[in-house]
Amino acid sequence: MPLVRNGQIVADDFVSVDGDAELPADGAVLVPAARFLAEADALTKLNRPLGVVWPNNRDVAELEPWLDRLALVALVFPTFRDGRAHSQARRLREIYGYRGELRATGQVLRDQFTFLLRNGFDAFDVKKEADAHAFDEATHRYTEFYQPTGDGHLSALQLRKQRHKVTAT
Amino acid sequence: MYAYDEIDRTLVNERVAEFRDQVQRRLSGELTEDEFKVLRLMNGVYLQLHAYMFRVAIPYGTLSSAQLRKLAHVARKYDRGYGHFTTRQNIQFNWIALKDLPDALADLAEVGIHAMQTSGNCTRNVTADQWGGVAPDEVEDPRVWAEILRQHTALHPEFSFLPRKFKFAITAADHDRAAIKVHDIGLRLIKNDAGETGFEVLVGGGLGRSPFIAKTIKPFVPGRDILSYVEAILRVYNQYGRRDNIYKARIKILVHELGIEKFAAEVEQAWREIADGPLTLDDEMIEDIRSRFVYPAYEKLSAEPAELRAAAADPRFEAWRKNSVAPHRQPGYAIVTLSLKPVGGPPGDATAEQMDAIADLADKYSFGEIRVGHEQNLALPHVAKRDLPALWAALDAIGVATPNVNLVSDIIACPGLDYCSLANARSIPIAQELTRRFANHETANLIGRLHVNISGCINACGHHHVGHIGILGVEKNDQEVYQITIGGRADEHAKLGELIGPAVPYAEVADVIEDIVEAYLALREKPEELFVDTVKRLGVEPFKERVYATR
Amino acid sequence: MTSPLQQKIKITGPSVVTANRTDDGVVIYRTGSGGWSTELADAAIVREADPARALLAESVADDIGAVGAYIAPVKLGGDGAVIPGNLREQIRKTGVTIALPAQA
Repeated sequence: MPLVRNGQIVADDFVSVDGDAELPADGAVLVPAARFLAEADALTKLNRPLGVVWPNNRDVAELEPWLDRLALVALVFPTFRDGRAHSQARRLREIYGYRGELRATGQVLRDQFTFLLRNGFDAFDVKKEADAHAFDEATHRYTEFYQPTGDGHLSALQLRKQRHKVTAT
Repeated sequence: MYAYDEIDRTLVNERVAEFRDQVQRRLSGELTEDEFKVLRLMNGVYLQLHAYMFRVAIPYGTLSSAQLRKLAHVARKYDRGYGHFTTRQNIQFNWIALKDLPDALADLAEVGIHAMQTSGNCTRNVTADQWGGVAPDEVEDPRVWAEILRQHTALHPEFSFLPRKFKFAITAADHDRAAIKVHDIGLRLIKNDAGETGFEVLVGGGLGRSPFIAKTIKPFVPGRDILSYVEAILRVYNQYGRRDNIYKARIKILVHELGIEKFAAEVEQAWREIADGPLTLDDEMIEDIRSRFVYPAYEKLSAEPAELRAAAADPRFEAWRKNSVAPHRQPGYAIVTLSLKPVGGPPGDATAEQMDAIADLADKYSFGEIRVGHEQNLALPHVAKRDLPALWAALDAIGVATPNVNLVSDIIACPGLDYCSLANARSIPIAQELTRRFANHETANLIGRLHVNISGCINACGHHHVGHIGILGVEKNDQEVYQITIGGRADEHAKLGELIGPAVPYAEVADVIEDIVEAYLALREKPEELFVDTVKRLGVEPFKERVYATR
Repeated sequence: MTSPLQQKIKITGPSVVTANRTDDGVVIYRTGSGGWSTELADAAIVREADPARALLAESVADDIGAVGAYIAPVKLGGDGAVIPGNLREQIRKTGVTIALPAQA
């Protein structure tokens, strides 16, 4: 599964470490939520990039105390029809101010890229090779958006208001 | 009418281009059906028994004549010359080919029509009182708010993969014509004591396998906060709605399982996180939307024009006028309902020729505007009373002046087993037979207001639970049988009907309905007591006795 | 979603595999020669669970050509004619039981 980060296909520098497996000597590691919560103090003190895989049925508010020490939060789409991680992502970015990498994992398809980007994801474990290559095209399909999210696009309502101001002055 | 601006047009065109690409990838095999299904559903494309079905949104039931002509064009060019108006202000085409869909969508986009989210587990077409902006009893035009919600929910990045479908309905009038109590979110536009516009917010209504009447979650949410508040409801639902069982996935089940207080507390908490954020509406934003609703330049006209007095001599005209013409907020004007329930016809269907003719009549008599109601009828919302006789003659000529609005033959019915792959039994032929049994206008008038709703399966697209008489088709040993309920209603006093007795076979349904109606005529206290009030007063028992005594 | 291949296959009599054609949605039946036909008369008839499963498997495998393949019951007429086994299949074969509005 190719990893797309900030629009580019890149090699994954994080190593996934299972529940009780030993951590590799160095480098970035990605641990499951249960292990992270059990060992959070120790893990966040290690001088290495740390990521956590957060399941979609667990409140992201639990992560709040650690967010400034996390380099990666991986949210999960068990199927692309299960949209819980969309809400988790927006809360992490827009409510809790998480600034590290936010990665979509699981069944991640081309047709969700725009939504995912708008919700604050900046990295994508893409299921199909062809979709990863189509990332640029798929994420530039839309130029107008009705909703304000944390992605910086003005919503239609905001844009219209701005245009009114321009016309008025 | 709401006039699209460049942003709206761009977005709809971009959606067409995206769907064209998705169809192309499906046809080339890049997308599996399992992957494509979700994508096509989000753009209103179902697969039915005989073909694909294409559902097009008519947000808050408002159409321009140009839009209606374009729907006629799609019916003619890509389908079999007709369309079916649904209970949720949509129109469906039943025979469209997948490969033609992108072109049909592109044609519709030319006039600002789309099919976004007319199906799928996302926020669906926002519906509203079809008399919005013209009803004498409304607080203000609910369509302004419906449009704000339509935009906000269109291609919403967070809520396009919900546990299940999610429907909004809005009313601003005392009498609820939008059935808000059977929607996931029902909004009743009100003014508080300070004169501020806002909403009573209801949540958790819905029909289907487990029907529920919506409960009030918050008695007053100011207009400026409505987007952030519904965002909070959706966020709670997206995270906690059940995904393990399709029949328990609607918000109504979550509300029921948590209890409205607990659910409301969750929403309140989620709302606190986002209230006063970028979703807060200011007057300028609201005015921008309001300014793009174009209202007709009404003339000062007589409320009792000579044309109307002259036409009163014609009993056919008078029967129609009394039945299908409703008061308008502007003196001298009227709202005219066009019955899509001709005797012997499928409820809610209109041919391309009828659509074109209605569009012409709208131009001539209704400032180019047409409305679509959840009862599967159309309306011309701004007709000068002096034009009523001429309009009637024209409507009669194209078969949409049957004077049966709100009467027993004004039946709501889903497509049923004739078209639908989910159905267990047929709906349309049952409706057709009933319209023949009650074809006599004098009799129907004597019976008075009576809503018969028919669904061909438990999914309840025909809203059978809330019909004064509800008919639900089920399958038993390969035979179609029908369960009958009475006493339901969909308005501000919304209530679920009660089963009257054992299911009856296809061939006996019309007889049983006739018996129920006869029982009502015998049991009612006075002619003004409506069917549904007699059931309320007496309960189901006396009806059951009379109807089933001889069976 | 359960794949049709994982569902238990129960057959009580002669059956066919039917689906809708991907590009236009038309009703089609799986033939004995690995293709599809719009005519029920051309359909391969199976009578037992194993051959039914095999026919369904090859039908489902054609994801580009057909949508929603499933096993449907049929009846065999005295003259060898294949007749749909229930009302739903009858309607799929012969169309709606009402007059279409544009033709009425």
